[in-house]
Amino acid sequence: MHVKMNINGRDIESLVEPRTLLIHFLREQLDLTGAHIGCDTTHCGACTIDLNGKSVKSCTMFAVQAEGAKLTTIEGMANADGSLHALQEGFRMMHGLQCGYCTPGMIMRAHRLLQENPNPSDEEIRFGISGNLCRCTGYQNIVKAIQYAAAKLAAHVEAAE
Amino acid sequence: MIPAPFSYHRPKTVSEAATLLAQYGDDSRLLAGGQSLIPMMKLRLATPEHVIDLAGVGELKTIERTDNTLIIGAMTTQAELAASNVMADALPIVREACLLIADPQVRYVGTLGGNVANGDPGNDMPAVMMCLNAVFRLRSQGGTRSINAREFYQGTYITALKPDEILTAIEIPLPPEGHGYAYEKLKRKIGDYATAAAGVVLTARDGRITTCAITLTNLADKPLFAKDAAAAVVGSALDRAALEAAARAGRTIMSPASDARGTTEYRTFVGGVMVERALKRAFARANG
Repeated sequence: MHVKMNINGRDIESLVEPRTLLIHFLREQLDLTGAHIGCDTTHCGACTIDLNGKSVKSCTMFAVQAEGAKLTTIEGMANADGSLHALQEGFRMMHGLQCGYCTPGMIMRAHRLLQENPNPSDEEIRFGISGNLCRCTGYQNIVKAIQYAAAKLAAHVEAAE
Repeated sequence: MIPAPFSYHRPKTVSEAATLLAQYGDDSRLLAGGQSLIPMMKLRLATPEHVIDLAGVGELKTIERTDNTLIIGAMTTQAELAASNVMADALPIVREACLLIADPQVRYVGTLGGNVANGDPGNDMPAVMMCLNAVFRLRSQGGTRSINAREFYQGTYITALKPDEILTAIEIPLPPEGHGYAYEKLKRKIGDYATAAAGVVLTARDGRITTCAITLTNLADKPLFAKDAAAAVVGSALDRAALEAAARAGRTIMSPASDARGTTEYRTFVGGVMVERALKRAFARANG
């Protein structure tokens, strides 16, 4: 089937089989390998991307369902000048990753969480990222990384005002 | 994991969807949020030849309040229900249960209609809808009919829904102002299906329970309406004896499988505990 969507600001048109999962479309047809396949069973969240303002697990969606949608993947997070997004910087500064496998999904989920709740409590962050599993860090530094980004984004908003 | 090949259909109206369903019947499956169907297709436990995606059917995505009912379109997502002020006001038990389903990503996509129509005894919304005495509106090419949630479930993945029918909306009579409610769910970890869960909606006057409904999730091959457990507390001030009687009556109808979540004995035991906890919390919330 013919599909059209906008990914990281770029309009994409392609032919896909209906059974093609969105994660396979992204990784194999578009070479966007930032989103990972972890569990392949809707548990781990490593494949999380942003689709029309929602965090979704792209292993549990067909590419054809994204027809006409606006998608953001980890590849679309850095600023236009190449500098890191506040969340990427936060994960780096606060040691929010060890092996890094879960990080793209964590960042995409945290991105949407901060859009909806710019100043989340520790508990709200943990509840908000409960669909993303990390087997290395014990989450402590991931929570700190998200808090770092929330503070940085808030300071940026204040400066703009 | 890659699902078996299928043809994809994206109708724009319920009527178009019903026509497709009539045409393909047993060879087709309706796709709502896909958070149960797609994993099943990836495991090839489901291999429909035709997938009819309801995402383009706008008329299934509404929340409408009348004087004494709330009518929720089947494609309303759990995230939309949890964020809705109308729901929080009128049906707080739905919001409470919504936030216990899976995780944020699944709730953005998973729908109320899919959750209740799927017939998985592990799903939470069927028991909540039975507790609220909800009515499911069904539509086929031949017409429409309604069925009470309490009569809908027959066994694991077996419901009263016919192969050519679409569950279009859920109609919920509004419980009275000041009602008490609770959905108590024991799970191994956040996002898990229930080891055991119980829903309670009750009303009270002068410190005594006047009406009560109790339902159970994942404690049999279908959600259970625990009529005797509810009868055991009506008229009481929810003293120890009434609580124990309700738990006892609830346990007599439970028959959970022994599985990774626990043995039959354990799950039946905690099933009774869920009944007691849900009753206590609902009673504390009730005015009167």
